[in-house]
Amino acid sequence: MMKFFRGLFPDWAVEWPKGLNLPLNKWTNDFVEWLVSEYGVIFETASDAILVLLVGLERFLRDLPWVVVFLGVGALTFFSSGRKWGLTALVAACMFFIGLTDPRLWDLSMMTLSVMLVSTLICIGLGVPIGIAISRNDRMRDMVLPALDLMQTMPSFVYLIPAIMLFGLGAVPAVFATVIYAIPPVIRLTDLGIRLVDEDIVEASDAMGASRRQKLMRVQIPMALPNIMQGVNQTTMMALAMVVIASMIGTRGLGTEVLIGLQQLNVGRALEAGVAIVLLAIVMDRVTQAYGGRFIRTDGRG
Amino acid sequence: MALIDIRNVYKIFGAGRPLEDALELARSGVEKNDVLVETGCTLGLKDVSLSVERGETFVVMGLSGSGKSTLIRHINRLIDPTAGRILVDGRDVLELSPEELLAFRRSAVSMVFQRFALFPHMTVLENVGYGLEVQGTEHAERRRRAMAWIEDVELSGYENAYPAQLSGGMQQRVGLARALCTDPEILLMDEPFSALDPLIRKQMQEHLIALQRDLKKTIVFITHDLDEALHLGDHVAILKDGVIDQTGKPNEILLRPATDYVREFVREVKRGRILKTGDVMWPPDAAATGPAISRDAVLQDALPVSMENESPLRVVDETGAMVGVLSRSALLRGLTDRE
Repeated sequence: MMKFFRGLFPDWAVEWPKGLNLPLNKWTNDFVEWLVSEYGVIFETASDAILVLLVGLERFLRDLPWVVVFLGVGALTFFSSGRKWGLTALVAACMFFIGLTDPRLWDLSMMTLSVMLVSTLICIGLGVPIGIAISRNDRMRDMVLPALDLMQTMPSFVYLIPAIMLFGLGAVPAVFATVIYAIPPVIRLTDLGIRLVDEDIVEASDAMGASRRQKLMRVQIPMALPNIMQGVNQTTMMALAMVVIASMIGTRGLGTEVLIGLQQLNVGRALEAGVAIVLLAIVMDRVTQAYGGRFIRTDGRG
Repeated sequence: MALIDIRNVYKIFGAGRPLEDALELARSGVEKNDVLVETGCTLGLKDVSLSVERGETFVVMGLSGSGKSTLIRHINRLIDPTAGRILVDGRDVLELSPEELLAFRRSAVSMVFQRFALFPHMTVLENVGYGLEVQGTEHAERRRRAMAWIEDVELSGYENAYPAQLSGGMQQRVGLARALCTDPEILLMDEPFSALDPLIRKQMQEHLIALQRDLKKTIVFITHDLDEALHLGDHVAILKDGVIDQTGKPNEILLRPATDYVREFVREVKRGRILKTGDVMWPPDAAATGPAISRDAVLQDALPVSMENESPLRVVDETGAMVGVLSRSALLRGLTDRE
């Protein structure tokens, strides 16, 4: 039956023709190769810079007595949330439980935390200016937004491969892949936040003769801050998720524990690390939210 | 020469070929709706010319959609005209370079908005000082001058409050102080009191009149309320569908409305508050023996005096010389709208 049916069509309409093949695979490989051979120096420089930052932060966090880190995070939450005791207690409890789950996990958390912090900082450093740029220029926005959609829909593993090719194994490609994966929310919400600033108020600033720069720094960014901080919060969460995945390319941290646990069928070990990741996520989420909340209060409505 | 001179300004919202066609149609006298049907472009202003003298309050009155907010934004070029010229102090603002335009907005002209448009993340003090901040005035000086204005608009003690913590009337006083703080020659007020309760609106009007007595700014004031227009304005222009129907002093508009549209509006006005004895008096008559009344007294103040005296009142100027007589019938005729 099917044979007869297939017989009704010419050959090329039955099986996908071999020649009809977009060599995306080859193009990509060639492109990455070309990139490495032509611009290797740039990647190396960037890599070195990131590495210095990363190693410095990691060593600093691990060398600090845990009590100091614990109290520091507590104090940060307390003051940035406007002295909310309940929230501070929750964050402190989460921090405490990370160590309590397994003492080894404290050090690993600090490693994960430093990769995440560096990635998030780079995301903010690149993402906020990009967001500002596309909020002022519709054509640029039309080009950037589809790219962000693509970056968010691609499976996150995909970024690991070019990252390795460009930066080798270790923490730096992890940062690279994490930045690509986690940067969209901060760009989107910066753009949105600035576009949502009341037109009347922007007009008032224009009428007073503010330059574009003055208007941006004194009116648009401050008024967009609640949205921008929401973007930073989401970016932080996505960075954490990616850092865990990036353990597959040799980034040491909590993700490594999960990976080893799975490989050895040691469910308990994987679970302990998993719990620590969740706790770290809660801590980061609460701290960034609390910090974002500060900016809404001044207009009396938040 | 007038401080602000708007000459044959057209504003059409649209772009490209249709816009040019629309301008052509508008110039040949086609009406707003027909232009829209014909070209898809909205005719905002059609051949608007007016001149505002230094130190006067010029009110543009019109209903929503009449183009009054569009018109006022041409003066500081928040909106560019499709055709026409806008001269401020003899200089065509359309020819200002971007830097000159910023400088012009910083020092020569400022604006008060219908919905206040205060910066919600700044305190009252920061809001009022924003114009000076933009100019690059140093902090101590900025604070000193902003505090002085906050005092002038009777908001002392609120300088560290945020706008959302203030009532509407207070917010608009911040808006007024913010506009005045750079000491501009020209004050553009886009329906500044329309969003306020009637009682507060009345207070704000009196407040503005009192301030203006000392400041002698050149004010362009937009409103949809003819009572407000006639009460505040030295001159009033009535705008309808982007066209000026009539320009004149308040009493001219009340006594000699130029079109049916204006006549209909004038009917609703509290005439006793606007018209003065000098506007309705008859020529002087040596036989008049009644008490003297200033020619600048409004009719509602003259009425009780007239009721107590059977003989016509003597209308006098500042020196006390008789310039006319006011009989009770002339006064009552002035209060009704029959011409």
